[in-house]
Parts: sequence; C-alpha cells; structure tokens
Amino acid sequence: MWRHQLMTTSRCFSTSIRALHWWDHVCPAPKDPITSVTEAFLADTSPVKINLGVGAYRDDEGKPVILQCLRDAEAKIAGCDFLESISSAVSSKLVEESVKLVYGKDSDVIKEGRYAGVQALSGTGACRLFAEFQKRFHPESQIYLPNPTWSNHHNIWRDAQVQQNTFSYYHPDLKGLNFTALMDDVKNAPDGSFFLLHPCAHNPTGVDPTEEQWREISHQFKVKNHFPFFDMAYQGFASGDLDRDALSIRIFLEDGHLLGCAQSFAKNMGLYGHRVGCLSVLCNDMKQAVAIKSQLQKIARAMYSSPPVHGTSLVSTVLSDPDIKALWVKEVKGMANRIQTMRTNLQESLWQLGSSLNWQHITNQVGMFCFSGLTPKQVDWLAREFHIYMTHDGRMSMAGVTTGNVNYLANAINEVTKYGVHTAQHLGTNLSSMSVFVHHS
Amino acid sequence: MFQSPPLLAALLISFALGSVYSIEDIPDVDGDRDFGIQSFSLSLGQEKGKVRLGSGNLTVWFHKEKSNPFINTKSSGRISMAVAVNVSRFEGITMAPPDPILGVSEAFKADNDEKKLNLGVGAYRTEELQPYVLNVVKKAENLMLERGEYKEYLPIEGLAAFNKVTAELLLGADNTVIKQQRVATVQGLSGTGSLRLAAALIERYFPGAKVLISSPTWGNHKNIFNDARVPWSEYRYYDPKTVGLDFEGMIADLKAAPEGSFILLHGCAHNPTGIDPTPEQWEKIADVIQEKNHIPFFDVAYQGFASGSLDADAASVRLFAARGMELLVAQSYSKNLGLYAERIGAINVICSSVDAAARVKSQLKRLARPMYSNPPVHGARIVANVVGDPTLFDEWKAEMDMMAGRIKGVRQKLFDSLSAKDKSGKDWSLYKADWHVLLHRIEQSSVKIQRKPTSRSNKKKESENMTNKWHVYMTKDGRISLAGLNLAKCEYLADAIVDSYHNAKGLNSV
Repeated sequence: MWRHQLMTTSRCFSTSIRALHWWDHVCPAPKDPITSVTEAFLADTSPVKINLGVGAYRDDEGKPVILQCLRDAEAKIAGCDFLESISSAVSSKLVEESVKLVYGKDSDVIKEGRYAGVQALSGTGACRLFAEFQKRFHPESQIYLPNPTWSNHHNIWRDAQVQQNTFSYYHPDLKGLNFTALMDDVKNAPDGSFFLLHPCAHNPTGVDPTEEQWREISHQFKVKNHFPFFDMAYQGFASGDLDRDALSIRIFLEDGHLLGCAQSFAKNMGLYGHRVGCLSVLCNDMKQAVAIKSQLQKIARAMYSSPPVHGTSLVSTVLSDPDIKALWVKEVKGMANRIQTMRTNLQESLWQLGSSLNWQHITNQVGMFCFSGLTPKQVDWLAREFHIYMTHDGRMSMAGVTTGNVNYLANAINEVTKYGVHTAQHLGTNLSSMSVFVHHS
Repeated sequence: MFQSPPLLAALLISFALGSVYSIEDIPDVDGDRDFGIQSFSLSLGQEKGKVRLGSGNLTVWFHKEKSNPFINTKSSGRISMAVAVNVSRFEGITMAPPDPILGVSEAFKADNDEKKLNLGVGAYRTEELQPYVLNVVKKAENLMLERGEYKEYLPIEGLAAFNKVTAELLLGADNTVIKQQRVATVQGLSGTGSLRLAAALIERYFPGAKVLISSPTWGNHKNIFNDARVPWSEYRYYDPKTVGLDFEGMIADLKAAPEGSFILLHGCAHNPTGIDPTPEQWEKIADVIQEKNHIPFFDVAYQGFASGSLDADAASVRLFAARGMELLVAQSYSKNLGLYAERIGAINVICSSVDAAARVKSQLKRLARPMYSNPPVHGARIVANVVGDPTLFDEWKAEMDMMAGRIKGVRQKLFDSLSAKDKSGKDWSLYKADWHVLLHRIEQSSVKIQRKPTSRSNKKKESENMTNKWHVYMTKDGRISLAGLNLAKCEYLADAIVDSYHNAKGLNSV
C-alpha cells in the first residue's frame, strides 16, 4: 500500500514547490499483531484482565520472574567493569557455550570447531542476520516457512528481500501435524531450497513432529539437498529437558546436514529485554567457519556494530559456571512444569464445565502456546467482554495462566464457544487419529 | 523417429529443459566479486556461466579449490539411497576483509611489542590507558541492581523514559518541537543501529533518493547505506591544502546534488577530521539545504565531548530545528557516557506536525521489529537514570569535563613534544582537534610552508611506518584517536610522527 502512495507522491518531487512536509506520504503502520495485544491489555483497567498474548513467562501470581540463576550471575559480575575491551571475549564465550547447548558438548562439530557462530540480538536478530546472509550469498534463493509460523518470520525475510513460500504444517481439523502434506511440500520444493524449522515447541501451534517423523524429514532433506534452518526459541520449554528439546537438531546433525540455527535466551533464561541470542552455521571445516563468521560479522557491523554486553555477560556466566548452570537447568524445568500443569488444569476445568468440544489439543500441544482453535470473532469477544487478550489466530500463551485465573479463563472460553463455529468439524473427530500426532514428551 | 509421439515428446521436453536451464539464470558476477564469492560464473564469466543448474552440487563439482564431492550411501532404515552429503551451501565464501577500524584493535592485540600504542578506535582511555567506566554509570547500575528491575521486553520503540530524556538532551527540554510533540524518537542500538533505522526509512519512503556524506567520514557510514541499499555520494569537506574545511567545495556540492537529497552532517566533533563548521557556516549550510529542498541528517556521536558543553555541542542541530526544518538525528551514548558495549542511542525525526511524527514513529517501529524486535534494556535504563536525575546529571557533566580536559592536555603535550623534537622549523600547531586528528593533518598544519598535499600513497606509507616501525596503530586513513593517548606516551608518539613525516615520504613531490 505504501508503494502505491509512493508512486503518486514521487511525482511531487519534480515540482519546484518547497516541500516542507517530507513525511506526508508515510501512512501509519499497521499494529504488530503480537505486541499490540500487550498494548491493548495494558490499556484495560479491569481487575480481572488476563494477558495471553506475548510469549513471556509469568509465575503463578502472573508476575514476571527473574530467575535465581540470573540473580546469582548478576551478583557474580557486579563490580566487574564491562568494557568494550573485554566484550568481544565475553561474546566469544557466549557463542562457545550456546553452540554446546544446542549441538551437544560432545558433538563432532563442536570438537572440530566446524561452526561459524556469532552472537545476535536474540532470536529475531539471529534470524535477520541469517536472512541477510542468505540473500547476500544465495540471492536467488527462497525461504520456506511453515504454515503457520511466528508472524515476525514473514517480516524478517521480507525485509531482507528474500522471497518466501510456505509449506504445510498444521492440520486445523486435527489440531495436530499435517505430516503427509508437510512431506509432500518438502518433496515438491525445488532441490536445494531453504526451509525454516521449529526444532521444538512450535510457535504458534505447539505441535511438534515425533522423533520418527523428524528422522523422515531429515532424510528427505538429504535427498532434496535442502538447507535446514532451525529457529530454537524455546529450548527447555517443550519437555523441560534441554537436551531432549534439541533432539530434532541432533538428528539432522547425525545425518550430516550442514544446518543453520538461531537461538534465543529470551524465554529460557528470562532475558527478554537484554536481546541475547546466537546464530550458528555449520561448515565443512574450520577455514570455512572463519570465513563465514567474518561475513556474518560484516553484516552485523552495518546493522548495529556489536551486541549489548550486559545480557551477554549474564548468559555467559550462567552457562560456564557449573553451579549456576545446574540451578538454571532446574529452573527451566520448573517453568516448563508449571505450564504443563496449567494446561492440565485448563483442560479439566473446561471438561468440568461440560464443554462439549474436544480440548485434547490443550495438553497435546507443547511449549508456551496453545493453539486454541478460537476464531477471531471469539478472540474479540473474549477481549471485549472478559478482558482476556490473545492474538487473533487464537494463540494463547499458557505462561499467562495461573491457578488464580484458570477457572475464569475456562469459563470465558466455554461461554464463547458454547454456540460456536467450532462444533460441526470438531465433534466428528476420530479421537484415535488424534493420538498419532501426540507429542511424546 | 518423428513418428513416435513419446519420443518426440521426450526430445521436445529435453530441448525445452535445456534451453530453460541455459537462459534461466544470469549469474550475478559483480555481486559474487563484491562479496568475495568464488563461483563458477565468476571463473567462467557471465556469458559462459549461463549453464548453471541451480546452486549447490553442480557448482561444487567444478570448484577448483575443492575436491570432488563424494557420494555416500545413506540408509534410513527403510530406503537405501545415494545422496550427496556434507556439502556446505556456502562453500565459496571467502574471508571478509578486516574492518578498517575494529581491525586495528585486533592487530594491536596481536602485537607483542611493549611500546605498542593503540590509537585506532575512538574509545576513551584513562591516563593509565585503561578503559573507563564513568562513576555515574556505576551509581546508576547499583541503583538498578538494588531495585532488581525486571528484564521484560521493552516496547519496539524502546524505553519511554529514555526516549524522553534523549530528545530533551538533544534539543533542550523547552524546545518548541518537543513541546509540540513533533519529534518521533525511537531507541536504537547506539549510533550504528540508529543510522541503520534511518537508512531503512529512507530506502522505503524515498526510493532512489541519495544520501550525501562528507569526504572523509566515519568508515562505517558507507557500509550502513550500502547494506540498506541507499545510494550515496560524497561532498567535499576536508581541504588538505588549508588543513581545514573546504567550505566552498561543500556548498557547491550541496547545490549540485539532486533536489531532495539527504545530507549527512556531523553535529559536532567531525569524525575523522575534528573540523566543524562555524556558526556562520552552519547558517549558510542550512540556507543551501533549504534552497535545494534537501533533508538534513545529523549524526551526533560526541555531544558533550567536542566543547565540553552538552548544549553548545547541540547548537548545530538546534539551529536547524529552530528554522522549522524537518530533520533526522541519530544519537549515540557510546562515548559521552562510555556505554560503548551497551549499544544505546536513538533516532529522532523532527517533523512538521504531531501527526507526521506519529506516523513516522510507527514506521520506524515496523522497520525495527524484523531487525531485532525490541532494543536492549540495560543501557537505556542507565541513560534514563543518569540524565533523569539532577544530581547524577551534574556529576555526569563534571566527569565529561574531566575526560575532555584530559584529551586537551594530551593534545597540548603532543604538540609541545612535536615542536621540540622536530628541528625542521615546521609549525606543528593544530586547529580545533577533538577526539581524532588526521595524521597528515598534523603534518600539514603549517600555514607558513606551502606545500602540495601528500599523495595517497605517501599517507599510506606514513601510516605503515607508524605501525611497522613504531608499533603505533591507527586507521589506514591516517586517523589518530587522541582519546587513546596519554601524557606518558606523547614523546614517543612525537618521535614516531616526526620520523614518519620526514623519512617515509618516498616519491613525494614538493
């Protein structure tokens, strides 16, 4: 739309009238579908309001949490001066520890140093760095994004000017993985295509392939010589176990893929506002790794020069201090467990209310989000009448559910779905076919 | 043969496919070269390289540097299949050249000579040549630690408290444009990040519009505009003959630029020359910019450090704003608050109306979201605490005074040393140099000796001599960062400069 405006206004530049108003042709940007939910929530004055929008962890009182491991790390680094002279050392340490976390500290790629790793501005920054890198070195390539995916993935590759496609992922009727269609799309894509995959806790659906399915996907990727790019934003949140959640990536690693991976420490370390993440690209050898790293750094240099040091130091401290790391692992499990409990509670509440709909997916899906199946109309209704906020696609952040509000939530959902659109497709669902797609935790 | 339809069909299809493959892709040979990619096309040339069957495998087959890819048999437990394996998609990528500024620090670190001196990056050092964390920053961080503040996401536009104080610091709290809410301020990742947001805004809303940058300018400006796909060209700025501002040249180039160009100006303490226009010259520059319907785009990286006064250093920006002009201003707190590593800055767009400011802000957010979603919180909180608290603010001003004072002292000592050591009668006095000064500017700051400017190759020789013989590190354009110098090393540096000037001349023609 703004391009059209531009076309018309660009003619104005050729006139000799002094244009004081340079920005007349700039339209208001549409609100971001995720952050605008928080904005609406903040503006609501109701005492019973619930924010199920952004994927940020909350405790059982609905409060943001500073993990104890972080407090320990802060204490450890307090009084150390974070000077630009050491920030590159801290950054390197972070990258070293991050890649161990995702590939496994004993993996060959780690031992042989066959990875190009750079620190990035959380998951977004890592994806954007990769998208720019992809555009620069494979300018004609496209990216295949799962349907659906985190909305910002579309923005990222678009702004990097990489053409995008989608591949089948979610089966709305089954509220599970549409594996057949997924494999078809993988097979039908041109050889050597770039694919974005969620290694665990798919956002927004919470639906992940099983281990067996991952192996098949990996194999097909080898056949087609596709490039797998993983966006790991929830390691630890899917099963509560950091290694388990990296299983898909390690399967691909075993199969010899030279993949790429974006990692975020926003959720699993609660470092949202500090923007700490990592981008790694696996290589044939160290020489290649050095070259790719230099190119990634070059791209970063023209975007923001270097990443902020404070969050980096925290993550680096947590990951390299055995005691603090052990504490962290426990706390991640704690967060994942609380979310799991909330899923169970919500499901039970709905059943107790006598809802006739199938809410199996609430506990089948994993990670922070429940892809509820609610329609945009129902979502609006929930906001308007019940002061419950979520994104329009019906994605609920389970982290925003507490023992205090779960019954209220269940009641509200029941109200808006009692007579709802859901019914017909839904009630005829064969429960046994659902179980094929149950995620093995 | 032609009576057999399947065979005919097969032939036609093969032919069609063959033609499609041949003409399908005209390889970007120039792009390959620019980014250092060894491609089949680059070696064969664009015409011959037409036979390019997609990426990956086939390219690797013919890649001179690599051995032939080997084929492995892969068993998935269900099907045995021959698949190509372990070939990196990014095979041909070559090493990027070291960053001309940051690369200096890397080279410095690798040097084992104890006399070495790093005058590369413009980062402040104490007299002991140690990095310096301002006391106000430590105080602010302690406050923050005590409060135990959450680490939640900031909104896309950044910390509201920070955005407020940064705009006020730049323009003055009671500036009309602020009172009228005509400034769109978005927190950015220091100067670089803020410039990049602005560049992206220009690319999207003024496609084809050029940015004019000074010659010379900070090395990373070009990278930013290149990566943002914004065309740029240079305007004359530094005059080596007068060792000052080439004002006539600058004005002429601004006049010659296409209407509606963006003019990148350094608000104060021009990097790398240290030469700033006088207030009268700023007025004239503003005149020309208005005449030509250009848009002024300020990069303010040293507010408070050029003259020691935050207000005085913002005078150029305020002059333009007072004229009712719309302008862009990128800010950085890397130097003046020593927050290099926290990446804190802002992009401000001063618009003619509240509505325009709101719209522009929304679009800046839209550009930021796919870059990094939201900016880092820590540095923003520090700035908000320091600038927002009157006591801390005063302390900050005092500390800045101290830092600027140290640089002044060092500059004085350096030139005393140069004058004492160099018996050639050359006048080594410097004009208004701040953080940086160009090496050949020091050498040519003589008004008595009229000499031709040193050729490019001589500048390079002098820099190389400085580094190779004296272990003094600076950027290749001959820029010395005085902030990295201390009193103790002035004599040594003076020796190095004198030696390089006199002995590394080579084919200099005078």
